Amino acid sequence: MAEAVAAGIRARTSEDRIGTAIRDALLTGLVAFLLFVVIIGLKTENAHEKLILVPRLGWAAFWAGLAVAGRLAIDLFTWRGSSMKTAGRPFLPLPTAIAGIAVAYAVGAYFFLVPDALQMAAASAADIFGAEAWKSRARITVDLVGVTLLAVFIIISAMLLVLVVRRTLSAIGLGRARAPGQSFVRELAAQFSVALLLVALVLPLLVAGPQQRYAIDTAMQVLMYIMLGWGLNIVVGLAGLLDLGYVAFYAVGAYTFGLLGTTFGWSFWVCLPLAGMFAALWGIMLGFPVLRLRGDYLAIVTLAFGEIIRVVLLNWVTLTNGPNGVSRIPRISFFGLSFDRNAPVSFHGFFGMEYDPIYRVIFMYYVILMLALIVNFATNRLRRLPIGRAWEALREDEIACRSLGINTTTTKLTAFAIGAMFAGFAGSFFATRQGFISPESFTFQESAMVLAIVVLGGLGSQLGIVIAAIVLIGTGELFRGLEEYRMLIFGASMMAIMIGRPRGLVSSRTPSVALKESRAISSSLVKEGHG
Amino acid sequence: MTDAPILQVDHLTMRFGGLVAISDLSFAAKRGEITAIIGPNGAGKTTVFNCITGFYKPTEGMIALTHAGGAQFLLERLRDHDISAHANVARTFQNIRLFSGMTVLENLLVAQHLPLNRASFFSLGGIIGIGSYRRAEAEAIEFASYWLEKVGLIERADDAAGDLPYGAQRRLEIARAMCTRPVLLCLDEPAAGLNPRESAELNDLLRWVRNEHGLSILLIEHDMGVVMGISDHIVVLDYGKKISDGTPEFVRNDPAVIAAYLGVEEEAVEQVEAEVQL
Repeated sequence: MAEAVAAGIRARTSEDRIGTAIRDALLTGLVAFLLFVVIIGLKTENAHEKLILVPRLGWAAFWAGLAVAGRLAIDLFTWRGSSMKTAGRPFLPLPTAIAGIAVAYAVGAYFFLVPDALQMAAASAADIFGAEAWKSRARITVDLVGVTLLAVFIIISAMLLVLVVRRTLSAIGLGRARAPGQSFVRELAAQFSVALLLVALVLPLLVAGPQQRYAIDTAMQVLMYIMLGWGLNIVVGLAGLLDLGYVAFYAVGAYTFGLLGTTFGWSFWVCLPLAGMFAALWGIMLGFPVLRLRGDYLAIVTLAFGEIIRVVLLNWVTLTNGPNGVSRIPRISFFGLSFDRNAPVSFHGFFGMEYDPIYRVIFMYYVILMLALIVNFATNRLRRLPIGRAWEALREDEIACRSLGINTTTTKLTAFAIGAMFAGFAGSFFATRQGFISPESFTFQESAMVLAIVVLGGLGSQLGIVIAAIVLIGTGELFRGLEEYRMLIFGASMMAIMIGRPRGLVSSRTPSVALKESRAISSSLVKEGHG
Repeated sequence: MTDAPILQVDHLTMRFGGLVAISDLSFAAKRGEITAIIGPNGAGKTTVFNCITGFYKPTEGMIALTHAGGAQFLLERLRDHDISAHANVARTFQNIRLFSGMTVLENLLVAQHLPLNRASFFSLGGIIGIGSYRRAEAEAIEFASYWLEKVGLIERADDAAGDLPYGAQRRLEIARAMCTRPVLLCLDEPAAGLNPRESAELNDLLRWVRNEHGLSILLIEHDMGVVMGISDHIVVLDYGKKISDGTPEFVRNDPAVIAAYLGVEEEAVEQVEAEVQL
């Protein structure tokens, strides 16, 4: 009986399917046409010193037709019954995904191993087109795809390498044995974070030639955002306090070093801890007045705090030099050895090498990598300490925290202070890297960017933040060649993550302690905090 | 060892604007006893709890807690977290308040925040990995395991607290409160939503805690089976006033209590008498 009913439903849905699809597509076409009439269908032109409207209904109809065709294709080929929800369904079936990754890996290997293969591919792609504009677009597109495939090749190779090392170690009795019944793909995927670290460590050696400087600079940019993301993660992800003015602490760190360095000539290494301490102090100063605020109110006050710091930097001209900024900030030194060409005790002179500006860049890369790793180490330690557990408990339920004797005031203040301290470190690094800072670098845009990284990465997840920073900053840099379309891609990638993974890329929570076996906690149980 | 009652509430009054939630309430809870506060909905029971545990500041009155050693705390002057930290009063909530995204074990470690925080030198020592914190954490896990075994949740120690069924969440909340090593445990409707078997288990647990750990318990409860079964002393509230105070036997037969619960119809009184006998 039940089977017959089910069969009946199936038959009916497949009959309805084409009719519904056509109706749906025509409706889409109508909506699209109405929108396109205004956007494309009417054009203003300057004729005889006055503006006239030129109708272009044909173009509007053409684009509406494209929308109909696209909608029809979606309805017919990825039909999901009456609801079009994608929740709970993998985006791609696993074999298809593995095959896709394997192909990407092979092509990436080709680009990696054969010199100039990427340039040649780009050149031949450009040859297909006649018009100059399309030639350069084709070249950029092939470049982008190629660089992405290269990245896939490098990271998967690193994962394989780590896996081989792990297996060898466990075979000779060192390290953990592999969990029984674990599939190869899962085991390989588990090596991702170690592989990422490995790639980060050897990155300056992987790139050479004219692109080296640019590649390392971009990686540094990504690492700075990772560090800021990890710092903000303590406030937003662990303690559940929404902070929209995080860039203020970044600014405090940068100006601490900028002003101390230019006024007293103190070096980066002296000012780094000072910048962290100053930023932490400001974190506490922000923390005190906002302790009683929650949710939207907290967000608004922190947003205002960020703006106050920026406006003060802009207007306190006698101290900060206002909009002209602080310039000639001391450059980073290799434990006292300068990277300048003509310095009396220089890095290249001491090691007997030719002068090359890349040394400084590579050294700075390792400095920010080390700083970021320290932040990560500290955060992971803190999560297992009483204070870290109290942060997470605060995010879960503040009243229960108070009933257990936890002083929520100091708990919130430590979260603000430690998050701010990490931003202060990043800020002083920013100052020494740029050599010049001005209030323009510390706009709300930056706070929003860091918050976007934390939210897209998954609140509370360290690895998620790394991936989100690489995706957001990396794509922003990669697509620089596409000029204004860059922001379109930026927005699209954010939307894709939010639709596919609404709680962020890594949404499950790892417990800080386990009695027998640690199991990830589903994001549906983990709260986001009340502010 | 002092023979003063563990909790002495004197002339407690709580007003919210024009609303008088509690008026001139006085009662005492004896050491090592289970004291129940009962009363119809809206009688002010939870407000009394919130005053005792510092979530509300009483408008008037005094709440004195005396430790076995003689140390006395005036709870109406302490902040909520100090009441738990120094006066050693623990509580549970009417609507369960667990840290649902954290594991069962983590919930019990958060409850031991204060000793752990001291052992890790306020987390500063812990961050460089000093041994005293590692030992303290191992001890804390040991203590948590003890209570997990007592409430029958040791098998689920690594599951998220929000994943547990309702009855288990109630037991976990009690275990979490016990992990703060309290002298007075305040339970706000611990049997709400439990089936008869679970409430019987709860009775055994509470009796065991009182006898074995010498703990004093203050209880709000609607389930008369639990209240009459385990209480040594009952305080009855209605409209913020105390209407009866005594042993279960006395309260059960007090006409004022029967009137408050059921009105004064003669048949209704008989009916409730039959029910309360159980």
